[in-house]
Amino acid sequence: MLAAIGVMVLLAVAIGLVLGWSAIRFKVEGNPLAEKIDAILPQTQCGQCGFPGCRPYAEAIAKGEADINQCPPGGEEGVKKLAELLGVEPKPLDEAHGTPKPKSVAFIDEQTCIGCTLCIQACPVDAISGAAKQMHTIIAAECTGCELCLPPCPVDCISMVPIAEDLPHWKWKHPVVMMKKIAETEGA
Amino acid sequence: MSRELFKFKGGVHPPEHKAESTSRPIHAAPLPKKLVIPLRQHIGNPAKPVVEIGERVLKGQMIAAADGYISTAVHASSSGTVTAIDLQPVPHISGLPDLCITIETDGRDEWVAHAPLDYQAMEPSQLRMQLRDLGLAGLGGAVFPSAVKLDPGASHACTTLIINGGECEPWITCDDMLMRHHADEILQGVGIMRHLLGSTEILVGIEDNKPEALDSMRSAAAKLDFAVEVVKVPARYPGGGAKQMIETLTGRQVPSGKLSTDIGIQVFNVGTSYALARAIHHGEPLITRLVTVTGHVLRPQNFEVLIGTPMHTLITLAGDRDGTTGVLMGGPMMGVPMPNLDVPVVKATNCILVKSAELFPPLPKALPCIRCTRCADACPVELQPQELFRFAKAGDFGRAQEYHLFDCIECGCCSYVCPSHIPLVDFYRYAKSEIWAREKDKRAADLARERHEFRQFRQEREKKEKAEKLAAKAQAARAQAALDQAQRAELAAAPAAEGAAVSDTDAKKALIAAALARAQAKKSDAAPKNVDQLTSEQLHQIEEIEARRTKIRELARKPLESEEKKP
Repeated sequence: MLAAIGVMVLLAVAIGLVLGWSAIRFKVEGNPLAEKIDAILPQTQCGQCGFPGCRPYAEAIAKGEADINQCPPGGEEGVKKLAELLGVEPKPLDEAHGTPKPKSVAFIDEQTCIGCTLCIQACPVDAISGAAKQMHTIIAAECTGCELCLPPCPVDCISMVPIAEDLPHWKWKHPVVMMKKIAETEGA
Repeated sequence: MSRELFKFKGGVHPPEHKAESTSRPIHAAPLPKKLVIPLRQHIGNPAKPVVEIGERVLKGQMIAAADGYISTAVHASSSGTVTAIDLQPVPHISGLPDLCITIETDGRDEWVAHAPLDYQAMEPSQLRMQLRDLGLAGLGGAVFPSAVKLDPGASHACTTLIINGGECEPWITCDDMLMRHHADEILQGVGIMRHLLGSTEILVGIEDNKPEALDSMRSAAAKLDFAVEVVKVPARYPGGGAKQMIETLTGRQVPSGKLSTDIGIQVFNVGTSYALARAIHHGEPLITRLVTVTGHVLRPQNFEVLIGTPMHTLITLAGDRDGTTGVLMGGPMMGVPMPNLDVPVVKATNCILVKSAELFPPLPKALPCIRCTRCADACPVELQPQELFRFAKAGDFGRAQEYHLFDCIECGCCSYVCPSHIPLVDFYRYAKSEIWAREKDKRAADLARERHEFRQFRQEREKKEKAEKLAAKAQAARAQAALDQAQRAELAAAPAAEGAAVSDTDAKKALIAAALARAQAKKSDAAPKNVDQLTSEQLHQIEEIEARRTKIRELARKPLESEEKKP
């Protein structure tokens, strides 16, 4: 009887030690689920989801505080991917957070720009170059099209230009295959 | 026939239709009035224009320079004036325009100064730069910059050099005609390649349906001072593909996702070799190429064409006929339909195939895939086309990649044998470009994330720096005040002993005293100017206000005094 209790206690202590050690040794920094969600999000950093950037939204989803259908730039496809990752049913985008738009980049009308730097402060990815009382310009390759620079501009000199399709960006379309009618449908 | 040949899996035997265009000699196409020369004719970065609108250029003059390592230059095909540098239609299935340089020719066809290169005396890297500046790119179809392919790399292991004379696509005969008439120059080019790559084994693979080309190449090879083995290979589509030619000649397969150079083999098309010989021995950049014009035309034949010549002029030369249903650039298996015929001939244009309803009857409508796997039997790269089709159609690109979608050479054998007439290759092209686009989006998202995170880090850092700066400033001011206080104490010959610690309160008091003194001084400096002629009533009011002010001042001073008394 005593021996049995002793064995059980020893076992418990040994396993406890191993578990305690591995909890320290194999500690995972950060939230791996939030990382995975963040990798799916489009990184537009537009805040349309109601969170200040993609990372906070990812963390909110991971904690279950936000729904998966609040990201218009990610579109239906993004929702589908998130649903797959989290093992939930995909749902249509929440219209309250906006609707998907064609990919665009911001464009500053340099004739109108007064060099106030307000847009530079608003840009979440530092894609606007310029200085006080100097003309500003968008670094198009780094612009995510988040539109956050539009409201602060006091002279409304920023517009969103949809990215036109050119040769390097051209994609083959999904082939449309004319299927042969095998059986004539009856009736009119 | 000493060499043992190997057989690649799959392949098909479409009707050849080669005799149509080989019965006539090569004709030089006349100089067109206008040349439109695209800057993106090769794989890699498009060339950068180095001429201006209105500038007169000579034949062979560089009009756009290579931009980066994987790029090559573009040259004026004839002398004339640059009239435009803008977006023009190019031979691409999308019909989208691309940046081109338009030259109005003057008809004099005046050459720029050019001279042969002494390639044996040159540094290999310098020679490759020269070849890049001479606009050399592979003429077999992929148009990969030749200078890059002629770099054996650090391993120096390109022991086998294969010259690809396999022209397996039906209708096309430009390589056949080139081998028949310019075998010597092709082999001169091979000598230069051998010099750069250090190859010890040189094989020329030519299909058995080109006996004239075989004879001419063999007799030319016999005259050389190095060994070149001209090998007759059985004609089977797509035996002219680089990887299929390697397998036929050496029995070795290029592993998935690797290059032939990884197994010590480099492959060049005969046209590239000819262009290389013209470049080195005559100093001529790549400004012409042979183009087969065939199909539904009166006189199918091969033309020597200046790059930039509009396609419709060639079709007119060959005799256009009624009942044309479309034009392909390339052959019937891999060719791409041209959106219009104003597009220019480019370095990749090997054939202009005019279609008619009799020669190319429209494909019957597709039926559903019955998974008969005839496509898998025909696939020369041993893929599972029926599975790839299923995944591509469903948008399951991850699975398509697992099934080695990117090993597909788009040869069209699967579509050719499909009993349901499904345009399978279109689905693979769609899936590939969709995957590339997604990878590009992913890279853009990663960049945005990185920049956003850096911005947050920077804002955090700036905040901290600002706080530190303020703290330092406050500290400095306090120290200064303390010093002032101490000096004042000394001046007043206060009984306080030297070196006595000056308390914080003293410092504050001194600060306030100094500020008050400054305010007093300012006040006396700037005497009010509107107090000269006032009524007694107004004066009285002022006095009242002054009295109130003194009272407030007294009140304000009190807590200070009480503080003073505390210690």
